[in-house]
Amino acid sequence: MTDLSKGEQGRPSGTMSGEVQYTRLDLEGLHCSSCAPTVERVLRGVPGVRTVAVSVGTNEARIAHDPGTVGVGELCATVEAAGYGVASVDGVPRTDEARDPDESEHAETPDPEADSDVEAHRREYRRLMRKFWFAATVSVPVLLVAYPEIGWLYLPNLFVVSPSEGLVWGLFALSGLAALPVLAYSGRQFFAGAWSAFRHQSADMNTLIALGTSAAWLYSTAALLVPRLFPEGTAVPFYDVATVVTALVVLGQALEVRAKGQTSQAIRKLIGLQARTARVVRDGEEVEIPVEEVQEGDVVVVRPGEKVPVDGVIVEGRSALDESMITGESLPVDKAAGDEVVGATMNTTGSFKFEVTRVGKDTALAQIVRMVQDAMGSKAPIARLVDVVSGYFVPAVMIIAILTFLAWFNFGPTPAIAFAVVTAVTVLIIACPCAVGMAVPMSMVGGVGKGAEHGVLIRNGGALQLASKLDVVVLDKTGTITRGAPELTDVRPAPGFRQDDLLRLAAAADRPSEHPLARAIVDGARDRGLTPPEPEEFDAVPGHGVEATVEGRAVLIGNVRLMRRASIATEAVEADVLALQEEGRTAMYVAVDGRIAGVVAVADTLKEDSLDAIRVMRDLGLEVVMLTGDNERTAQAIARQVGIDQVLAEVVPEAKAVEVHQLRADGRRVGMVGDGINDAPALVEADVGFAIGTGTDVAIEAADVTLMSGSLKGVAYAIEVSRATMRNAKQSLFGAFVYNTLGIPIAAGVLYPAFGVLLSPLIAGAAMAASSVTVVMNANRLRFFRARSFESSVSAPRNAIPEVAA
Amino acid sequence: MTTTQWIVNLLGLTAVGWIVWYFWLQTKAGVAASLMGDVQEIDITVKGGYEPDVIVVKAGVPVRLNFTRMESSMCSEVVSFDGLDRSATLPEGHTVPVEFTPDAPGEIPFQCQMGMLRGKIVVTT
Repeated sequence: MTDLSKGEQGRPSGTMSGEVQYTRLDLEGLHCSSCAPTVERVLRGVPGVRTVAVSVGTNEARIAHDPGTVGVGELCATVEAAGYGVASVDGVPRTDEARDPDESEHAETPDPEADSDVEAHRREYRRLMRKFWFAATVSVPVLLVAYPEIGWLYLPNLFVVSPSEGLVWGLFALSGLAALPVLAYSGRQFFAGAWSAFRHQSADMNTLIALGTSAAWLYSTAALLVPRLFPEGTAVPFYDVATVVTALVVLGQALEVRAKGQTSQAIRKLIGLQARTARVVRDGEEVEIPVEEVQEGDVVVVRPGEKVPVDGVIVEGRSALDESMITGESLPVDKAAGDEVVGATMNTTGSFKFEVTRVGKDTALAQIVRMVQDAMGSKAPIARLVDVVSGYFVPAVMIIAILTFLAWFNFGPTPAIAFAVVTAVTVLIIACPCAVGMAVPMSMVGGVGKGAEHGVLIRNGGALQLASKLDVVVLDKTGTITRGAPELTDVRPAPGFRQDDLLRLAAAADRPSEHPLARAIVDGARDRGLTPPEPEEFDAVPGHGVEATVEGRAVLIGNVRLMRRASIATEAVEADVLALQEEGRTAMYVAVDGRIAGVVAVADTLKEDSLDAIRVMRDLGLEVVMLTGDNERTAQAIARQVGIDQVLAEVVPEAKAVEVHQLRADGRRVGMVGDGINDAPALVEADVGFAIGTGTDVAIEAADVTLMSGSLKGVAYAIEVSRATMRNAKQSLFGAFVYNTLGIPIAAGVLYPAFGVLLSPLIAGAAMAASSVTVVMNANRLRFFRARSFESSVSAPRNAIPEVAA
Repeated sequence: MTTTQWIVNLLGLTAVGWIVWYFWLQTKAGVAASLMGDVQEIDITVKGGYEPDVIVVKAGVPVRLNFTRMESSMCSEVVSFDGLDRSATLPEGHTVPVEFTPDAPGEIPFQCQMGMLRGKIVVTT
């Protein structure tokens, strides 16, 4: 599928055909049905407007217009001149009158969305609770006059010794009347929902509750009004079922709404990270403007303790930024001119200016939010079976209810019809399709959100399910286990040379070079407080090294071939070179004035927590394999340090996918961890591809799981989270299936012949409400999930983990 | 069996047959999306179900489904497109467009989170 809007809940403004632009205005002040034609009329009168449709229901105007003739600003002005307001354009709240449409396309504040989401949940909760209290208040007296045969529960027994038949009948009649407003007000959504579903030839939970409660009410009323229709002794009303079940189910829905709000907290937290304002330099002055108005190319000023409003590149100043909210990396990251900054991260002590590169829906944060939202809504493969089942569930329950009725009616004990009605109603009420349907999606929302908390973005439910089943994790070496950038590790002078002199000369000779190894030596020298001078002469010898003249001395730095070319004897340092190579380091010979001066070595170094992460993976029972293009010796050296036994070395980039394929061949599920660029084919080939990003570019298409931070711990964490999520989903699913497969037959009375056990419809109502609440609450437990992968690092300061040179 | 029993049993079995026919056997007619500019567009009202719930579109042309949820029930809060790995949250009373381009004929189902409300997009050549 090609994706028009990148999975965004689109803001489809903009030109579609080159001539016609579609614009959607959210209107204010449409109080009557005659307002819509008025707005339509005034808009049609504007030159350049082709079609207009105004809906009172949604308060919006949808306009097809010629952008060359009439702009969005003019449309808004027209609406306003007619006495109405424009709340938003294409879903983007309007704050600035003179907004141009291109700008409005980018401007997007997720904040109001988050707030309205919370508010909607709260409103719905309060509405349901009002309904519950009403139903509950009515239920108490109805229940107290419902069972004349149970002396202690029958209220009139407090006042009269033996209530007359007339009194009993009268109280039942009153109950029947009192139940009506309960059904009409508290139970309204069941009937409305059932009816809408019915018109769509479908049936849902509402159908079952509506049928159950109305059957109870109708039977009771018939029994009360025309008792002669029923066999002797069966004309007993049970209005209490209608009211109590309504109260319980509404309560269950209210609790469910509240719990659901908590489950999706993660996404709200993410959305809430967005800064509201930005300090922008305009005409040489700093002005604070709403973040939606920031444009690409603006220069934004960030002071100590402030939030970075949008994405960009630092142009001036330096600071340490806390990026934990995005990457999960707990320590601040130093940034200076030329470095990227990400919106929503927090500046610590320095201040800086940056040029804006991405705003609105293009920012890393907006992309993350979108990805997480999509993943939360996606289905795990185990949910597909559920989908099939839930399509048949409700009509099947209705059929079971009818068959139950017939069974009791034909073969039941007297009063057969009373038993038949009660059991059929109980079946309708106890069945809970919600619990079954909700089990997997609810856990998914919890698990995906939990991942996002630590900068682990799981693409969809399928990836999550597969990640939970991995047997093997293949780690790319460079950039995954190691930092991917060589660092100076050793300086070993030959006899007669001092270490500092050797390094200073080597670094000076390398200064003009662009080679990564040369850069590592220059940086290493500077880190050790040396200032390498500029060489007088410099010549790079491809495949060999560098020849330079430094302070009048001839310096050679490079491999053994360079030394042979210059006929320099290297015996004095050969032992050092061998030892360094054994450790997986790249050793370079340095010669000064035609004589060997020593060896400098560089190596890629391990990321701090690679060791920990790999240990956790092994603890999780995963087989860890290292895959690298490097030579066997270097690869083995790294593998030893991090505790990996299985190494696939000297694998050319194109062959990585083949290796992954071979690992998969014997039926094992393989996860591949790589940097997402060179490793893309291998990531796709693996069951689960983990792209380990050291940045915030989340548009890594090949990956099933994207790790915002560069730490390998994210991989272990992703696997732990997915296992916990799948476990949680399975618990809920199992519980819901067991509940229904046991509950429905018991409600139908299968235990009656043997044990005389029959379920009261009241208990069925409570059980049904409890079962769906339980599913949501179980998913909520995921919020408290603690991963092993992050336990050790939380307390340990970074420098406590020894930096191992490779 | 008495006459009453015969009648009751017959009514019950008829009801069973009717449920099977009404909910499972009937096929639904689709509604075609209308072409607005270069996009096939259709408005879908979400209220106890999707109206319309079977939408016919052409392959290779961008599709825009404008969902408007007209109820406060949380059940229909999220619409998810399983095959597309896409979902959208539908705030009550707001129109939320979902856009994509189907590239091959077939069916794309969509549904609420619990799979109680369902609809599908029928992609034709």
